[in-house]
Amino acid sequence: MLAESLALTAALFIVGVIGVLIHRNAIIIFMCVELMLTAVNLTFVAFSRYYGAAGQVFVVFVMTVSAAEAAVGLAIIIAIFRHRQTVDLKNINLLRG
Amino acid sequence: MEPHYPLFYVFHFYLFGVIALASAITFVTRTSPVAAALWLVNTMFSLAALYVMLDAQFIGVIQVLLYAGAIMVVFLFVVMLLNLGHPSEIADMRGKWWKLAAGLIGLGLLSEIMVILRAKLPQQLIMPRDFSDQQVEKLNVVGVIADPLFKDFLLAFELTSVLLLVAIAGAVVLARGRSAGAR
Repeated sequence: MLAESLALTAALFIVGVIGVLIHRNAIIIFMCVELMLTAVNLTFVAFSRYYGAAGQVFVVFVMTVSAAEAAVGLAIIIAIFRHRQTVDLKNINLLRG
Repeated sequence: MEPHYPLFYVFHFYLFGVIALASAITFVTRTSPVAAALWLVNTMFSLAALYVMLDAQFIGVIQVLLYAGAIMVVFLFVVMLLNLGHPSEIADMRGKWWKLAAGLIGLGLLSEIMVILRAKLPQQLIMPRDFSDQQVEKLNVVGVIADPLFKDFLLAFELTSVLLLVAIAGAVVLARGRSAGAR
């Protein structure tokens, strides 16, 4: 089942990448990033069957980092919304040169 | 190299894989954040089922508790907090050319990854076939993860607590705003 898991991981990751590219809503883009992180977790779990349980420990770390990332990212979105009254990336171009 | 799996197992593996992929595709095509979040929860649940089938029961439980239970609730909470308006008014998707470019980039990345996947695993690194069963018998399901986590990866585990502390402090400072900070 290793090959199937890796193929599913690749497909889910690409779906996440496409979601980041086609959306303009910052919240949905964050969800797409979460999908990409979860897809990589499946790789770790699939390999942990062949290479020992260290892969599952890495999954725990990835989940912690993604929780921290979601907390900080959503706080940034709330701060931006308070200034601009929008989460549309079209209107958030302060750092564009 | 791969052991033989019964048809029942293979069928359910493909079933949950197809559910996960279909929910993910439905998720990225939604324009309403709430509908997208619920489809993403569906993906997370089917991935949890796949984790259990891949002998990672503890990770499956954590997946449901943490991703489907905690992180997605935070997302929905923020959607509720921001009150973005009706999905038809906020015109979320990018234009036709962006979608076309995104599809092409996706196809390119997918073909690259599929080429990489053709590589063979180094034989000497592969554990014996019943290795994970022996480990689970010796340490039970949670112990398999806890044993390396608190021995080999103890420093990384402790650093994780610093990361979480920084994330909490950063989230509070960012989300509190200027009016509350002036006190």
